[in-house]
Amino acid sequence: MNNLLVAENIIKKYGDFTALNNVSIEVPKGSIFGLLGPNGAGKTTLIRIINQITMPDKGLVTLDGEKLHADHIKNIGYLPEERGLYKSMKVGEQALYLAQLKGLTKAQARERLKYWFDKFGIGDWWNKKVQELSKGMAQKIQFIVTVLHQPKLLIFDEPFSGFDPINANLIKDEILQLRDEGATIIFATHRMESVEELCDHIALIHESNKILDGKLIDIKRAYKSNIYEVGLLTENKAETENYLKEKFELSEATFKTINDEVKFNIKIDNGQSANQLISHLTTKGQLTHFVEVIPSVNDIFIQTVQNN
Amino acid sequence: MNHLSLITKREYLNKVKNKSFIIMTFLSPLIMVALFALIAYLTQLNNDKVRIISVLDESSLFASEFKSTESTKYDILTSVTLEDAKKIVQESENYGLLYIPKADSIEAIADKIKFYSEESPSLIVMEKIEARIEDKARNIKLKNSGLDPELIDALNVRINTNLETFDGEKTSKLGGGLKLAFGGAAGYLLFMFIIIYGNMIMRSVIEEKTSRIIEVIISSVKPIQLLLGKIFGTSLAGITQFLIWIVIGGVLMAVVSAVFGINMSEGQMAQQEMMNQVSNNAAMQNEVDLVIQEMWNLPLVNLMIMFILFFIGGYLLYGSLYAAIGAAVDSETDTQQFMMPLLMPLMLAIYVGFFTVIENPHGTVSQVFSYIPFTSPVVMLMRIPFGVPIWQQLLSVAILFGTFFLTVIFAAKIYRVGILMYGKKPSYKELVKWLKY
Repeated sequence: MNNLLVAENIIKKYGDFTALNNVSIEVPKGSIFGLLGPNGAGKTTLIRIINQITMPDKGLVTLDGEKLHADHIKNIGYLPEERGLYKSMKVGEQALYLAQLKGLTKAQARERLKYWFDKFGIGDWWNKKVQELSKGMAQKIQFIVTVLHQPKLLIFDEPFSGFDPINANLIKDEILQLRDEGATIIFATHRMESVEELCDHIALIHESNKILDGKLIDIKRAYKSNIYEVGLLTENKAETENYLKEKFELSEATFKTINDEVKFNIKIDNGQSANQLISHLTTKGQLTHFVEVIPSVNDIFIQTVQNN
Repeated sequence: MNHLSLITKREYLNKVKNKSFIIMTFLSPLIMVALFALIAYLTQLNNDKVRIISVLDESSLFASEFKSTESTKYDILTSVTLEDAKKIVQESENYGLLYIPKADSIEAIADKIKFYSEESPSLIVMEKIEARIEDKARNIKLKNSGLDPELIDALNVRINTNLETFDGEKTSKLGGGLKLAFGGAAGYLLFMFIIIYGNMIMRSVIEEKTSRIIEVIISSVKPIQLLLGKIFGTSLAGITQFLIWIVIGGVLMAVVSAVFGINMSEGQMAQQEMMNQVSNNAAMQNEVDLVIQEMWNLPLVNLMIMFILFFIGGYLLYGSLYAAIGAAVDSETDTQQFMMPLLMPLMLAIYVGFFTVIENPHGTVSQVFSYIPFTSPVVMLMRIPFGVPIWQQLLSVAILFGTFFLTVIFAAKIYRVGILMYGKKPSYKELVKWLKY
């Protein structure tokens, strides 16, 4: 059993509106799975189905090979995008309540909360009322409450919104550590750049359809454009450009260098190899910059959406 | 089930620990009692001044009837003209001047009796004066026609028809009023409770929506559990508040009546005086006994048990609908359009209760409304003191709880869709659509 969570052919309609059209995803154990898509694509609907907040019209969701049932709630931790806390309750009281709803006993919850509060250095917040906390502070509490019951599957919907860069980093490190400790993480966002460093698997959802999924590295390979950034110190710039133009497809490059190089983005054909390009380049001058252009998730996303 | 008790506990504690709840709970009986005390005090103050009413009786038939009491003094004027009398009264700033002229017949006198005063006199004062003149006039006329007024009094028979059902249960006309008071109080209490605590449930649902905690919660528990926990927790808080009110109210009332004790005993004196007046027949005394007896004759245990059952049923029924409304809207200001259809049956129940049930507790309308679940808690409670067969009561309760299970399913559907719906101002059409999701 390699996949912790499998959703097969999920269909969900709200009246005439189809929120999810035959969407399937497979989330491998121990992975960070990026669920990507613009606002309103259907990410949140899919997440709500996994959390059993809404029921799919058709399709099957299994967790660890078992059809989803009420007891699985204990194995899932969910940090929704629309998140909040009871304003008039005290922080500690509220955290205890939410933890108990997830099936922890009061003693267990208290012990683990103490650990996390110490870890984040917020032990003195216990008796504060939520309305006294800033948004970022409240988000920390919400994060703690989400992970407190040590679920197998963690679902974070836009976890970094509302955090300043320092705290966003703190949360990111925590997420990575949780993954290392064995948790599987679904990470939903429409901000593609945050996906790059965290996710190893992604699925793209666009207008209720899944348009792409797989291992991030495989997807990047499939979408690579065979373009290389090249920086070359040369005597005769014009001559070099003409020489290269005959053999390769050139375009203007924008990367930064410290010398007065000529800069190109060079695309090689399928028949050619990078070494061939290098040997051509070295005859014309000194090679200072040679990098394969790896498509960003953002590029891939835009490209895929346009192709559909 | 564990979740349900957790939620109920949180809702309860959250309500009870709320500052405004505490203030409301402990302050409102104080305010109520203070208000009563103030009214009592002001009334006393108002009647403080001894009224002096001058009487100029030219006919000399009535003057003897006006005997001074503690609050009203009669100053009988003799051998002055009306004009002089007016002047005297005006100068002495007396309350007013009653002028009874001399005439041939009682009727002619009655037509010409006048009351002069600076300001329009109090109705109560006038009624007292009129009653005295009427009594005397009647007695004079009786004598003139050769009848002995005392004989007439002795001939009066007080009738208080003793009613008895075929089951042998004795009641009386007087008991009817008592039944009405008990039933009405029970029905009205229920009505108030539903409105106050229904609103509380609604606000609590809206609060969860606006604070956006709702999605966190329902990823852990089923919406129906949250809904039920909310209803149970809030109703427990409500019951707590009522109990505290009853205790505080009782204590304070005792204190206040001790402070204003003189007032109370005065009232009793007045009663005794009245009873003495009719002491030649003991009917009044009998009636007091009868009231006490009637109270014990009332199906008190039945009423109490049914009050609790209808209380729970009616509250749950309306509470679930209030919660559905809370889920459907984003803020309290949007609730108006949905509140109307909810309040209507309640108002109807109160009106039917206070008009139709009084008229005929077992009439068709009263019967029908005591089965319709949206009105039955109030109407049936008002009917019960008049004797409703147990099977009818149980049927009504069964219908009520049956409907509760239907409405809670209906409410839960709207609830589970509504709580995750932001920014939409829902119409009824929209709500119907939600039911199908």
